[in-house]
Amino acid sequence: MKKTYKLEELGCANCAAKMERKIGELNGVNECRISFMTGKMILDLEDGQESEIMKEAKKIIKKLEPDVGVCEI
Amino acid sequence: MTKNMKKRMIRVSIGALLFFIAVVTEKIQLIKSENLILGIFLVSYFIIGGDVVKRAVRNIGTGQIFDENFLMTIATVGAFLVSEYPEAVAVMLFYQVGELFQDYAVHRSRKSIAELMDIRPDYANLIQNGEVVQKDPSDVEIGQIILVRPGERIPLDGVLTKGSTSLDTSALTGESLPRDVMMGSEVLSGCVNLTGAIEIRTTKEFGDSTVAKILELVENASSRKAQSEDFITKFARFYTPVVVISAALLAILPPLLTGADWKDWMYRALTFLVISCPCALVISVPLSFFGGLGGAGRSGILIKGGNYLEALSQAKTIVFDKTGTLTKGRFAVTKIVPHEIDPAQLLEVAAYAEYYSNHPIALSIREAYGKKIEESRIAEATEEAGYGVRILLDGKVILAGNSKMMSRENIGFQKEPGAKTVIHVAQNGVYAGHIQIEDEIREDAAEGIARLKKAGIRRMVMLTGDRHVQAMETAAKLGITEVYSQLLPGDKVDKMEEILKSEENKGKVIFVGDGMNDAPVLARADIGAAMGGIGSDAAIEAADLVIMNDSVSKLSTAIRISSKTIRIVKQNIVFAIGIKVFVLLLAAIGYASMWAAVFADVGVAVIAIINAMRAIGKVKD
Repeated sequence: MKKTYKLEELGCANCAAKMERKIGELNGVNECRISFMTGKMILDLEDGQESEIMKEAKKIIKKLEPDVGVCEI
Repeated sequence: MTKNMKKRMIRVSIGALLFFIAVVTEKIQLIKSENLILGIFLVSYFIIGGDVVKRAVRNIGTGQIFDENFLMTIATVGAFLVSEYPEAVAVMLFYQVGELFQDYAVHRSRKSIAELMDIRPDYANLIQNGEVVQKDPSDVEIGQIILVRPGERIPLDGVLTKGSTSLDTSALTGESLPRDVMMGSEVLSGCVNLTGAIEIRTTKEFGDSTVAKILELVENASSRKAQSEDFITKFARFYTPVVVISAALLAILPPLLTGADWKDWMYRALTFLVISCPCALVISVPLSFFGGLGGAGRSGILIKGGNYLEALSQAKTIVFDKTGTLTKGRFAVTKIVPHEIDPAQLLEVAAYAEYYSNHPIALSIREAYGKKIEESRIAEATEEAGYGVRILLDGKVILAGNSKMMSRENIGFQKEPGAKTVIHVAQNGVYAGHIQIEDEIREDAAEGIARLKKAGIRRMVMLTGDRHVQAMETAAKLGITEVYSQLLPGDKVDKMEEILKSEENKGKVIFVGDGMNDAPVLARADIGAAMGGIGSDAAIEAADLVIMNDSVSKLSTAIRISSKTIRIVKQNIVFAIGIKVFVLLLAAIGYASMWAAVFADVGVAVIAIINAMRAIGKVKD
């Protein structure tokens, strides 16, 4: 299942790279791609685990860049 | 500039002013008290960099020790501890100014590329029961009628049902010449209506419309990363820890082993920390690719990802499909050979004969004739499959068909040697001549191929299902020497495999097709490029690169954009890493001040960003 999220106020390219790596390592995530330039995150997730994964992913994002807002598009 | 940036700018300016006052007072020794001067420096420090310190403290809580906020805080607090007050504040000041500039540049380039791709229609004027209602384009169904006024953007693909106008297709094709459309013309979403109000019957939902497809493609392109982007991310992962650990060793070992002045070595270590952020690199590389993709989009070339943009610069071989790529995939009259009759009359008779036929050949003859057919002149018409047509025109029996038909009717005719498609015409049993029909070569195909040679393509191959004679003739006109003809669709994949494996193949291989029946070959090539496919979902889906306006010469433009982007990326990588390593070395031996370090950090970032933004610019052909 593919999902796209907008990362608002994404301001640091290195942080985006770290987020991409850490979220990509989460269980149930097949692939995570973050484009710093468009501020978009595209996740390829295992079906059915979406809400748990997103909780973890949001934690990672908060930790690296606390001001970033995440919303699904 | 966003509100947030403005606020930060004002705050940093106030801090800078206070810092300036502090430096002056210290210089002219206006205030004697050391503590008071430290106080002023501290206040300006917190006004300038309070947010950095705050974030650093918060990050320690979450274990983010290699974070730039933390590193800058350590470096500046350390400078205070070794009594370098002005430098401590200056480092923070320049860091903040650099950050501001960096954010501004990123914001600007995001905006300029967003504007470039700002083709999303906001609304559709739906005509319902004679009234015009403004609706979201995604709420319009297939088959409904929408009104597009001059100046408005066409929101959905459809067929023109009322009015006529010129369309500005530049957003889709990069072509500045307006296109005239009239009743029955297919129109694509994303074009801007220039002159007259028109009504359109929609043929696609918004999600399937050209504009939505293009937007999706462009927006997703920057998430497919090029190798050099991955390299930089990996480099950044190791760079910071290595520099920070070296800094720690630098601060501890020399004073401990040799008893040297610990303040001096501490200063060198702090200088290291200032340079330890890899931001310049991490920002400039994706920015360059983003710019390159955006610049290509503006020229009517859609590239599906940074990886393909990168691969394009290494392309050495191009494989063309003939029909629909080098040729228009559409028949046209190329020669009229009359026999004891006026050429115009021959064409007229042939056009009337082919009036009821829907065959592409018939269409091309009627198109060449160009005048209106008066149906009343035709009394009778029969089509004989495999032979041709027989009509009664102004009382004369007209035969139009192939040589088999002429032989059967015992009409003496000249056999045409070569590969062309020929329609013979006879009037009342007397031979009247023949018309040659060929698949037209695209106007700019020869020029496009010449440009590709100049752009560094070494090997050009043409694949086709056509017979050998026909294929060779087209190839000769275009200057292609390697031709494989009479191939079935499956054979084309095998040929592609062969080319990919062949010994002389050192670079990447591009395949150019129309995306209709060559999807497997498109997929097999290093870069699959589709052209002639605007509005065709199949092409947009199967290809890695789509040329929106069917022009062969856009291929060399794509390669040039790619080479330019890669050049910028390389410059940035070499420049940024070079300066950083250089300043690190100077710092280690005690020759670089913190000022130089700040330059190596923010200054390099700013220069790299400015360089990266060049990638959006136009390229020369």
